[in-house]
Amino acid sequence: MPENKENKSLVRQLLIVAAGSFAFGVFLLPPMYDVFCEITGFGGRTNAEAATVEENPDLSREIRIEFVTTVNSYAQFEFAADTDSMTVNPGKMYYATFTAKNLSAEDKVAQAVPSVAPTTAAEHFTKIECFCFTSQEFLADEERAMPLQFIVDPDLPDYVDTITLQYTFFDTAPVAANFEN
Amino acid sequence: MNTDVSNAHDEHHDADHDDHGPDKGIGRWLFSTNHKDIGTMYLIFSLTMFFIGGAMAMVIRSELAIPGLQFVHPEFFNQMTTMHALIMVFGAVMPAFVGLANWMIPLMIGAPDMALPRMNNWSFWILPVAFGILLSTLFMPGGSPAGGWTMYPPLVLQTGDAFPFLIFSVHLMGISSIMGAINIIVTVINMRAPDMSLLKMPMFVWTWLITAYLLIAVMPVLAGAVTMLLTDQFFGTSFFLAAGGGDPVMFQHIFWFFGHPEVYIMILPAFGVVSEIIPTFARKKLFGHDSMVYAASCIAFLSFIVWAHHMFTVGMPLTGQLFFMFATMLIAVPTGVKIFNWVATMWRGSMTFETPMLFSLAFVFLFTIGGFSGLMLAVAPADVQYHDTYFVVAHFHYVLVPGSVFAIMAGAYYWLPKWTGHMYNETVGKLHFWSSTIFVNLTFFPMHFLGLAGMPRRIPDYSTQFSDFNTIASIGAIGFGLSQLIFVWVILTAKQGPKATDRVWEGSHGLEWTVPSPAPYHTFETPPQARIANEAFE
Repeated sequence: MPENKENKSLVRQLLIVAAGSFAFGVFLLPPMYDVFCEITGFGGRTNAEAATVEENPDLSREIRIEFVTTVNSYAQFEFAADTDSMTVNPGKMYYATFTAKNLSAEDKVAQAVPSVAPTTAAEHFTKIECFCFTSQEFLADEERAMPLQFIVDPDLPDYVDTITLQYTFFDTAPVAANFEN
Repeated sequence: MNTDVSNAHDEHHDADHDDHGPDKGIGRWLFSTNHKDIGTMYLIFSLTMFFIGGAMAMVIRSELAIPGLQFVHPEFFNQMTTMHALIMVFGAVMPAFVGLANWMIPLMIGAPDMALPRMNNWSFWILPVAFGILLSTLFMPGGSPAGGWTMYPPLVLQTGDAFPFLIFSVHLMGISSIMGAINIIVTVINMRAPDMSLLKMPMFVWTWLITAYLLIAVMPVLAGAVTMLLTDQFFGTSFFLAAGGGDPVMFQHIFWFFGHPEVYIMILPAFGVVSEIIPTFARKKLFGHDSMVYAASCIAFLSFIVWAHHMFTVGMPLTGQLFFMFATMLIAVPTGVKIFNWVATMWRGSMTFETPMLFSLAFVFLFTIGGFSGLMLAVAPADVQYHDTYFVVAHFHYVLVPGSVFAIMAGAYYWLPKWTGHMYNETVGKLHFWSSTIFVNLTFFPMHFLGLAGMPRRIPDYSTQFSDFNTIASIGAIGFGLSQLIFVWVILTAKQGPKATDRVWEGSHGLEWTVPSPAPYHTFETPPQARIANEAFE
């Protein structure tokens, strides 16, 4: 069979398409997904933009903030919010604390991963300061309180009267290492 | 028969005398670059995998025949569901269609062989290696992958020693499919008979061309997704690990971006096979050939923008749910065009009901049932109830078993006389058809009721209220499994029937019926005139 030029150039084009779709899957989809989540609040991403404290907070409106905490099954920690819920006015700054304890006899690095529900509220919930912004180092058996500072944006849609802020507490050691324990 | 065609045959016979035949011994198969040999190997491989995956289905249905745990441990049950899916999707259905493509596309378009015969050899021989690796995980510490064929993290990362083997076997299957797809595209684009324009191509060739494009577009995305799983597990990345800032839901989006086109990869060639068979036995031309081409292209395009309907329950914005719901329902339109055209082809035709036609008719009817349950699942608010229940299992088995598998069976019976030169035993073929059709419905129809009543999928035990329908489904499954042994008997005795004519069927059309039966080792060494061949059959 003649190995003709047409075949070779078509094969080359098709290989480029295949390589392109691999690159699309690995290098383009994950960043696109991140951008999508930031725009829509999908996956419970909270607003990363700087928020301003309103001079005249909306005192007539009360929003209930609920805190939910989960510890990943591989993390040997205790982790809970110091209050289960609080009532806030949009535009005012609030503080809350969470307490975590390392239950193992080794030093650990933990990471809290936040999620906000409903997703329509996510972009109106701004954290000024949060222990989830960085990973948290714990000495063996150490217990400590960790701060959260947040504002609810007055633009929050009318139909939202409750916002749930959920944290999952992870041990940052690789899953494989955890699995072997 | 027209004399032009008989002359053409004589020339072929002459050419065969000059040319070497196949090599002797195992070398013929190991080093084969012949599209017919490679097609045969694909089909035999696929049938083997069909029985291995089928044996796993028997384990699943035996365990589920009555409530309680009787035969296997739940861990092993999960390995069976996972492996059954991987083997049936990548080992049975996809290679069967590639095998039919290898055998029939060069014959249908008047090409002497596939465009890239040595790559063809590679793309086949990678498959036994890939499935050898996958099946070897059954004997590894921790057993086979058991987190479901969708490989969702973080669960799949808890797979034992089998994990890297799972990833590499998926990589190999992907490489094989991509090479096969490239080969088919190059063959169809560059090697058609001189007077065969794209829109004159037979429907089977058309649907395979579209499928091949889908394959090279999405198989690399799956390869990318599983590579990210691999690096998350072994190289410290956090694509899908929440602790490191990743998101496991992203895997589901990437997986189904591959997975939804994948379901059309498994059904479009089936549409092609059925579109060849129904006109033959209705003795009419295919109604609306061009609209079939456009419908298949529409389905392929839409398949890229509906993936999130597999994951309504993971949560997404309302606009997202609406978009994916309506886009999914839109697919019913081009699919409806196809069903309409098949029915219109049969309308006032002089129909006869040989085995390939019976399988095709069952395909049209039963695939439509699977399509309707798909529409029910597309309704986002209703899907919250149906998600991960046996209703989903009933849906995708209806489109895959009496859908894809019946089309493959139909194609095998239809072209078997061309491959072997002998008619198969029609009585036994019909027995195979009727027992398959009765038992496939007995197996999967009750699953609709089980799912609507709330029985979850991928569970080895269930509440006693589900026991009657499960027992019926298990009886059906054993019956369906045994019915396939009849097919093996048909294949083993395929050469004992009476000699087949070149045209084989009274109403067949197309270049593949102008070559002798059995098709000689080398065909169409000089390009044929497609128009003349077709006029010979008028």
